[in-house]
Amino acid sequence: MYREILAVWTPLALAPLTWIVLTIGAYLAGCWLQRKAGGAPYANPVAFAVIAVGFIVVATQTSYATYFSGAQFINFLLGPATVALAVPLARNFHHIRRNLASIGLALSAGAVTAILSGIVIVRLLGGSRAIALSMAPKSITTPIAMAVSSEIGGNPALTAALAMVGGILAAIIGEKMLKGLRVADWRAHGLAAGVAGSGVAAAQAARLDGVAAAFAALGIALNGLITALILPLVPLIWH
Amino acid sequence: MLVAVFTLLGVELLGELLRAALHLPVPGPVVGMILLAAWLIFRGYGRETTPAAPGALDETAGVILNYLGLLFVPAGAGIIAEFGLIRQQWLPILGGVIGSTVLSLAVTGLVLHHLIRRKAAPKKARILAVGDKPCIAKS
Repeated sequence: MYREILAVWTPLALAPLTWIVLTIGAYLAGCWLQRKAGGAPYANPVAFAVIAVGFIVVATQTSYATYFSGAQFINFLLGPATVALAVPLARNFHHIRRNLASIGLALSAGAVTAILSGIVIVRLLGGSRAIALSMAPKSITTPIAMAVSSEIGGNPALTAALAMVGGILAAIIGEKMLKGLRVADWRAHGLAAGVAGSGVAAAQAARLDGVAAAFAALGIALNGLITALILPLVPLIWH
Repeated sequence: MLVAVFTLLGVELLGELLRAALHLPVPGPVVGMILLAAWLIFRGYGRETTPAAPGALDETAGVILNYLGLLFVPAGAGIIAEFGLIRQQWLPILGGVIGSTVLSLAVTGLVLHHLIRRKAAPKKARILAVGDKPCIAKS
């Protein structure tokens, strides 16, 4: 029986189409599971798809290179998706202009905190330089985070995983924590979710309030921009 | 739709070319994002009462950003190759991700809250959120 399965599988495993279908299928299954869980942030479809795809690749003894020969067609779209972030950024420009100084300060403070605290905590706990450089861009939106990570000598796959975990964490604790700190303004909630937790946390904030949604989109786009501009300086200063 | 796809890919190419020509340390797509945003704002897209972006760009960007989550899966699955690294350094990894997420959330929220609390909130917001939304809401 195992031999028959293998006889069917072996030629299929080489076909890029197999891995495209598998990747999309795993993501759709993750979406279905999240709907079943009532949209809970911990039931993250991306995390589910990564684990499912990883399990299948390992279980079928496929090399990651073989998997990626198919999945690269999906991966390619990260570039145009990053460019597409310009649309929500431009669309919310009137919000930026109205509170230019306040948003600029809050955003810079948040971005610098995310970068520095990531690097410092990793080093204090005995982590390597590569881990620290993979941690630094983790709070920006994943397509930019991965590009920046490989730019500065981090590990893009680790950065993607960290961005996911950070986003889920921010989505779960964000609202309660900020209320505990007496932050009542939805604009502050939204911007914080976008800066600290990018897409996952922003989706959570967007369900609370429309203004929070706009500020979350702003936080994602501007944090991606600021962090992508600041982070390449880190390897220049820290050899 | 085709014009919008052409725009996104063309702007990305332009970003890559600029990056190579000027030796920018910033990823090409980020350069492209800045260019496109600047152009859209220059065209008056950032005002509260603007019509849609040209060439169905609104719609195409919305679709691609709605399914952003899917695009992370191929690279994210690369984490299986790094399993040894994670097992070896799980403490700094876990501590770093929790610590820096909590801190940046608090700093961003507190700073903005204290800086703009006296101004009135905007009357209405035009929403175009970004993220793994289609799984929750209808796209």
